[in-house]
Amino acid sequence: MSAPDDHSGEDHGGLNRPRQVASAPEGRVVPTVRVQEAPFDLAAESAALVAGRVDVGGLASFVGLCRADDGLAALVLEHYPGMTERAIAGIAAEACARWPLTGCTVIHRHGRLEPGAPIVLVLTASSHRAAALESCAFLIDWLKTRAPFWKREEFAGGAERWVEAKAEDDAAAARWEMRGA
Amino acid sequence: MRVLYFAWVRQKVGVAEEDVSPPPEVRDVAGLVAWLAARSPGHAAAFAQARQIRAAVNQEFATPDASLAGAEEVAFFPPVTGG
Repeated sequence: MSAPDDHSGEDHGGLNRPRQVASAPEGRVVPTVRVQEAPFDLAAESAALVAGRVDVGGLASFVGLCRADDGLAALVLEHYPGMTERAIAGIAAEACARWPLTGCTVIHRHGRLEPGAPIVLVLTASSHRAAALESCAFLIDWLKTRAPFWKREEFAGGAERWVEAKAEDDAAAARWEMRGA
Repeated sequence: MRVLYFAWVRQKVGVAEEDVSPPPEVRDVAGLVAWLAARSPGHAAAFAQARQIRAAVNQEFATPDASLAGAEEVAFFPPVTGG
C-alpha cells in the first residue's frame, strides 16, 4: 500500500520509519494562541506550523463553523479578555504535555459571525498521526467546556437567545480526564 | 475588588463590571454571590438561579467554596459555550 518514500506520518515501524531528524531544537513547543474578530487562513496557518521542519509527519486540523440552525441569522460570541487567552494557553499546554507535538495553533474568533463563517481553528502537528489527531480532538473538546466564550443566537425576526451548555459537550470533554490524577 | 459579568448575567445585572468592597465576613465565592444579590433587583435576578452561574477568581475558574483571599478580579457568567 505505502510507497517506499511515503513519509506521510504513518508509523511503519522498523526499517521504513522516517529517518529525518528535527531541524528545530529539542524542547518545549510554544503553542500559538490568538483570540480575534478577524477571519483566519487555514492554509497559511498550516504552512506556518510546518515551515522549516522535516520532523512533522502529520498535521491535523479542526475548523468549527457557524451553522444556520432554525433560521439563525448570526452568532455573537462574547468572551472574557485576558482569561480567554490564559485558558486557551493552559489547554494547549496540556495538549503539548500529553502528546509529542511539534506544533500547535488555536485561533478562536469573537464578535458577530454569520452562517458559514469559521469560528475556531485547531491545528496540531506531530511526527505521527495518532498524536496529531487525538490532541486535535482533545483541544476542541476542552475548548468547548473550558474557554470563557458565550454564544448568543440572533434570528431573522429579531429574536435572540443565549446558547445553553450541552451535556454531550461535558461528556466529550470528560473522556479526556486523567484517571487517578 | 473588581467584579465582572458576562453574557446573560451581565444583561440581568445591567453593568459589565463594577468595583465593590464587600465586608470581611464575605470570605468565599458563595458568600460574594449572596452579598451581590442584595445590591439591586438586577443583581437578584442574575443570581436567582445560582446553580446556573459559574465564577472565576483572578481569571481562574473557581467553585462556590473558593476563598476570596487575594481576589482582585472576580467574574460571574453562565456555563461556557465556545468552540
